[in-house]
Amino acid sequence: MTITHEAVAHVATLARLDISAEDAARYAEELSKILTLVEQLNTLPLDDPALDAFMDETMATDIPQQAVLTRPDLAFKHYTREALLKNAPEEEEGFFRVPKILEENSN
Amino acid sequence: MAFQGALEIHRQIQEGKITAVSVLKQSLQAIAQQDLDIGAFLSVHGETALAEAAAVDAKVSAGETLPLLAGVPIAIKDNINVTGMPTTCASNILTGYISPYNATVIEKIKTAGLPIVGKTNLDEFAMGSSTENSALKVTRNPWNHHCVPGGSSGGSAAAVAGAMVPLSLGSDTGGSVRQPASLCGLVGMKPTYGLVSRYGLVAFGSSLDQISPFAGDVADAAALLQLIAGFDPLDSTTLKTETPDYLTTLEQLPSNLRIGVIQELNGEGMQPEVAENFAQMIELCQKQLGASIQTISMSGIQPAIAAYYIVATAEASSNLARFDGVRYGQRKKTTGDVHAMYRKTRAEGFGPEVTRRIMLGTFCLSSGYYDAYYGKAQRARALLRKQFQEAYGQVDLLICPTSPTTAFKIGEKASDPLSMYLSDIATIPVNLAGIPAISIPSGFDKSGLPMGLQILGPRLSENKIFQVARAIEQVTGYHHLLPPALAQTVAQ
Repeated sequence: MTITHEAVAHVATLARLDISAEDAARYAEELSKILTLVEQLNTLPLDDPALDAFMDETMATDIPQQAVLTRPDLAFKHYTREALLKNAPEEEEGFFRVPKILEENSN
Repeated sequence: MAFQGALEIHRQIQEGKITAVSVLKQSLQAIAQQDLDIGAFLSVHGETALAEAAAVDAKVSAGETLPLLAGVPIAIKDNINVTGMPTTCASNILTGYISPYNATVIEKIKTAGLPIVGKTNLDEFAMGSSTENSALKVTRNPWNHHCVPGGSSGGSAAAVAGAMVPLSLGSDTGGSVRQPASLCGLVGMKPTYGLVSRYGLVAFGSSLDQISPFAGDVADAAALLQLIAGFDPLDSTTLKTETPDYLTTLEQLPSNLRIGVIQELNGEGMQPEVAENFAQMIELCQKQLGASIQTISMSGIQPAIAAYYIVATAEASSNLARFDGVRYGQRKKTTGDVHAMYRKTRAEGFGPEVTRRIMLGTFCLSSGYYDAYYGKAQRARALLRKQFQEAYGQVDLLICPTSPTTAFKIGEKASDPLSMYLSDIATIPVNLAGIPAISIPSGFDKSGLPMGLQILGPRLSENKIFQVARAIEQVTGYHHLLPPALAQTVAQ
């Protein structure tokens, strides 16, 4: 599998990463190499329906399957607002401050 | 302290023969003397640790019975949160972050009274096999300072191997505790997925990550795992199992032991000395432990690396989305909107390997590629689980070398991510299948670097794994060995 520079640029946008043209070329080459290795998976009998029973970790075991876990919906106070905001790069009046999100004319 | 195990130190503290404060001071002194060369620690917290040690001594004076391992200094990988301490994940993106909360394992450690001496170096966000991907410092292998300690929990391994602490915690996503244990001559135990709470561990691959202990011998590792294991309401993937007790039956050896040798990991493509050493270990199991040996072939082993680098990077790309410069860490100033800020903050905050993995994971999950990559990797993972289950129908445990090579030179593989990935061939299948495995010291290559034996079992077979590991350790006597240079210093 060969990845183009354009594909790399698209993935970088999805991943919210600024990537220079130079880095895009390097990533295209490195990711292509890794994805070639990944083609090994095509040699395996992955269509075998017997695998369906092993798609979940808890199925491949003699441990009784654990029911979906729930816990009482109780409020408990772990942190104070002050403690959490201490790590914020920017805060204002008890909130995280971020750069502009919406355009002036958007609704 | 260098020659004593954690349980022995704890016993002497309980009996009043030594104080927890004096043990801690020795640990801090060892760090001051050696860590300039080794580079295991990212931060040391002597003051809080001294208060914790003093509290243990006060309990002894009051005649109280101490909890297991109380008073034994411990080091924590710097991707596990401890209140009031930095959590850097060895990344620039978390510069300045001070954790406002304790991970569940830290709550347990603090309740038991193990003084936390510091946070240790790692590959950035636990992504790597040599600790060279740390954005903050280089960690050296105490057995040879030109070599890597392994990774990603290289700092935690070097801290114990360098006799700076008797115990440490790492995290194991694809071998990140077992491989450095092997390269540093230590015991490292990756428990069954769900045995130990991940709450407070900075997530990398959530379906693979497990917090795991490093120790100088099997009993110490068993004691530490016993302490941190258990159901946690704050981690819904933890198993509702009884609190384990590994120590009571540790010295017993299962009768009619059947051990399987994984054919695909039996020597081929490995350093010749590793292959020879493994052959000796097979013979030891047969002759000294009375085990029957059979070869097991698993076609899912070789392609496991491919499946892993899809699953782990896909999960990482999602988990690391939270580092966006809004709630914590470093924000890069831009003149643009919030998206421009995200892109710049992340591009400048993450190192090359983390960026590479986020890119790969995002690609594998993107529209049009999901089925071909992520879907296929999940099927390969199912195949591996099925083959392990079939294997455990025939044998009790499986064995293989932990790492295909001994510690490599710093810089040797740093420029080739693919060859670095391939060094995890023996450890990755364990995480994909969610099963437990231990690495124990098994000998030395001709340049004196440690080698490791990996013992794998079915889910929740930790007890049996510890028993067999303990029996092997009794025969080899390779536990608690110090690097020659260090042994000389200690002897003087």
